[in-house]
Amino acid sequence: MQPLEQRDEVEMLSLMLLIRRFEERASQQYQAQKIGGFCHLYIGQEAVVAGAVAAIRPDDYIITAYRDHGHALARGTTAKACMAELFGKETGCSRGLGGSMHFFDKEHHMYGGHAIVSAHVPLAVGLAFAIKYRDEDRVTLCFFGDGAINQGSFHEALNLAALYKLPIIFICENNLFAMGTSVERSTSLKQIVDRAEGYDIPGEIVDGMNFREVRDKVAEVADSIRKESHPSFLEVRTYRYRGHSMSDPASYRTKEELEKYRLDDPIIRLRAQLTREGKLTNEQFDQLDKRAKETVLTAVKFAEQSPELPVEKLYDYVYFNGAKA
Amino acid sequence: MREITYRQALNEALAEELERDPNVFLMGEEVAEYQGAYKVSAGLLQRFGPKRIIDTPISENGFAGLGIGAAMVGLRPIIEFMTFSFSLVAFDQVVNNAPNMFMMSGGQFNIPITFRGPNGPAHQLAATHSHATENFYASVPGLKVCTPATPRDAKGLLKTAVRDDNPVLVLEAELLYSSKGMVEPPDEELLIPLGKADVKREGSDVTVICYSQTVPISLTVAAQLEEEDISAEVVDLRSIKPLDEKAIFESVAKTHRVVIVEQDHSFCGVGAEICYRIQKTIFDSLDAPILRVSQEDVPMPYNEDLERAVLPNAEKLVTAVKQVCYA
Repeated sequence: MQPLEQRDEVEMLSLMLLIRRFEERASQQYQAQKIGGFCHLYIGQEAVVAGAVAAIRPDDYIITAYRDHGHALARGTTAKACMAELFGKETGCSRGLGGSMHFFDKEHHMYGGHAIVSAHVPLAVGLAFAIKYRDEDRVTLCFFGDGAINQGSFHEALNLAALYKLPIIFICENNLFAMGTSVERSTSLKQIVDRAEGYDIPGEIVDGMNFREVRDKVAEVADSIRKESHPSFLEVRTYRYRGHSMSDPASYRTKEELEKYRLDDPIIRLRAQLTREGKLTNEQFDQLDKRAKETVLTAVKFAEQSPELPVEKLYDYVYFNGAKA
Repeated sequence: MREITYRQALNEALAEELERDPNVFLMGEEVAEYQGAYKVSAGLLQRFGPKRIIDTPISENGFAGLGIGAAMVGLRPIIEFMTFSFSLVAFDQVVNNAPNMFMMSGGQFNIPITFRGPNGPAHQLAATHSHATENFYASVPGLKVCTPATPRDAKGLLKTAVRDDNPVLVLEAELLYSSKGMVEPPDEELLIPLGKADVKREGSDVTVICYSQTVPISLTVAAQLEEEDISAEVVDLRSIKPLDEKAIFESVAKTHRVVIVEQDHSFCGVGAEICYRIQKTIFDSLDAPILRVSQEDVPMPYNEDLERAVLPNAEKLVTAVKQVCYA
């Protein structure tokens, strides 16, 4: 299977635009009460998942926490299936049964969408365990936020991964805040990456606003893991522009801080790099953006028109085979 | 048929399923080199090797979650908890991940995992090590819970659990590991379906509903009562979920009197659910209010006499049976 790192960077810029426009539209639809529950937006962090996914193969495993829309889109889940999931429709990537925090896509090896902080990190270790058990050369990418690193399950999982030498990259998307609590108020270490050292797992810090840096680092680590199975840890420094969830005005940080990161926007950066190198014109960029917006609008229309799972099917999703207990 | 212990029966079940399906592996604390804290996995490391019989650090949440993740991609893990009292450390994985995955992924990921290990009060282990967890887990949609009381049931239910495509908890009876019973020879496939109760003794005056460690108590009491001309039918649930309502109703329709003797606490215990179902469905069959013999609603004391006072026992069961029989 062809690694995605061969993929055109313009295509990956287009993906980042799709994620950005998707999230903006999700925000609007949430405010219009078309979307229920909790909704956590990925705006500002797009280069992390785009860079990571660009560096791995389609048959590698990925799993993440509840800020998961971007991960599904990056893996190849359609905007239609993602938006329909937010709308709670049967055509959604989890049939409208999971919602914003539980996007799953088996076909694209996207193992969720998990909403209990760090509870999926042991699952990720299990995915990696299965890879090694079957002597495959896949890699598992486990994404989580800076809030996850103080949970017990995180520590147990890292220890297990190191002990069993499992093929997994722990990707900490450090956006500086666990909901409203800053890293310095939650974590005894000065640098999150130092957590890995405690488990004898190699770790590095990566600029998460820089698509190329993320891609190249993940590619390098994945390559090393495929040669000889081991875990690895990347602290990817990024920033979310919006609050923790839709109900959070993010009053715990300053406008100046937000503006500083906005100026370092991952989409603007990659665009500038490509433009400078003569790989992208302004017209082409506008075209990409227009296409992303159209894709998302079509997705909204699709979601609106899609049916809901009928109540009669409620018990079909409790036990496999549909047998009632 | 030959006589083997409950422990041996479980060991055979594990070995046979490991032999049959390369996707099956056993993981837990001390399962490999130590040969199992209760020796249930004795010999398996030597036979199947360290790739499939895997020792873990003391990290219940971590390895329970590992098993669930491995099950998402088609492996069939058997996760041993040294006791189900320790499964509480992994409660989030067992309750929030394993049974929810199928629904929240819209049916894309079922979790074919078996969690097994000793459950229920043993002897003077005090509050933290004496949990009977069946009512916690049976209340969770998406989980299946079985509670074998005999070597034959232990083997047949564990084998079925491993083959089930859903998360199944096999709650073994710690006090019964050394008990003996007749079991089919190893070359004869023994599968006992989940959700099928077993009438362990037929009777006509009263139905005693029991499971796990309360089954031997019920059989002793039934034998004793026969001498007093009370004929007790002993219904061993074997599975708490799915619950074999049909077997319960059939017996109650015959005897019209019921005592439920359960291993857990009375408040929101397994017996409460069974009472509800009986009165809802066959109220007119009842000739007396249903009684329950359960643990006292207290954390388990260490003191031996006090522990005895907390647990269901033969004496309490006899009293309850006589009460429903107005004898």
